[in-house]
Amino acid sequence: MSADPRRERRQELHGYIAGLCLALILSAIPFAAVMTGALPRAGIVWTIAIAALCQVMVHFRLFLHIDLSRSHRDDLQLILFSLLIVVLMVGGTLWVLGNQRAMMG
Amino acid sequence: MAYTVEGKGPSHIGIRMSNDAPPSHKEEARAQAEEALFGFWVFLMSDLIIFSMLFATYATMTHALAGGPGPKQLFDIHSAALETIALLLSSFTCGLATLYMRYDGSVKKTLLWFVVTLLLGAVFLSLELHDFIAMAAKGGVPSRSGWLSASWALIGTHGLHVTTGCIWLLIMFAQVAKFGLDPLVQTRFMRLALFWHFLDVVWIGIFSIVYLLGVIS
Repeated sequence: MSADPRRERRQELHGYIAGLCLALILSAIPFAAVMTGALPRAGIVWTIAIAALCQVMVHFRLFLHIDLSRSHRDDLQLILFSLLIVVLMVGGTLWVLGNQRAMMG
Repeated sequence: MAYTVEGKGPSHIGIRMSNDAPPSHKEEARAQAEEALFGFWVFLMSDLIIFSMLFATYATMTHALAGGPGPKQLFDIHSAALETIALLLSSFTCGLATLYMRYDGSVKKTLLWFVVTLLLGAVFLSLELHDFIAMAAKGGVPSRSGWLSASWALIGTHGLHVTTGCIWLLIMFAQVAKFGLDPLVQTRFMRLALFWHFLDVVWIGIFSIVYLLGVIS
């Protein structure tokens, strides 16, 4: 662990401020894209998806303090495993019910 | 009430917490607090599974309007933007509160920022309540269509989580009044902060998938 709590504190404070600014920008971009309608529809969808993914990563890194350091390795593994379960369940649901809708709808 | 963990005094607990324990105790304390936080992460991830399935249900219901009103008629994008800002700011103030708690041990500043967090949470909830009432007034009640059931379930579950977080904050204020910022209260605040930040992450999914993708559909 870092021996200097004051430095650690300052870094963390800067992390929160950076997180807030990045999250505000990454929220504003998709909202602006939808409100102005400046892009074609596919472009707006991609903007929303990419901005959301980036914002989730910003929140995990700067607000939830999940990084690659040893002390967070267990948390990270738990999160990645949970994400695997989520991908399987959500992906499977969308795949099966999407097919059902396409074939029976 | 049990304010000790496994027979050890509360001063043994602390992960980067402001206490006066000697360094060897601090190491032991850090390990214990990390264990408690890891346990809380397990809960958060099970909660994530619940939300993911609600999202999956929502996605399969996007076309199930049953002739009822759709997202374009029902959603107010400006309200969603305000809710996003309120929740994001509350996540930031929650982080600030834990920062003042862990590094400075300042009861005053910690409480101040947690109170701001609570107020922003209340702003978010009142905007959301207003949205729900407006939706219902336009005929968008949960029983109207599959899509409406799925939307109310997803947004409502998130709203209930935020409500729980607000009540949890109130309980923590009572604990601070009774025990001060003792190490156990501090680890509880840290779990509450994880919960709060997590809810903001879920909200990113809601405003992106439900509101933004909804109004351009």
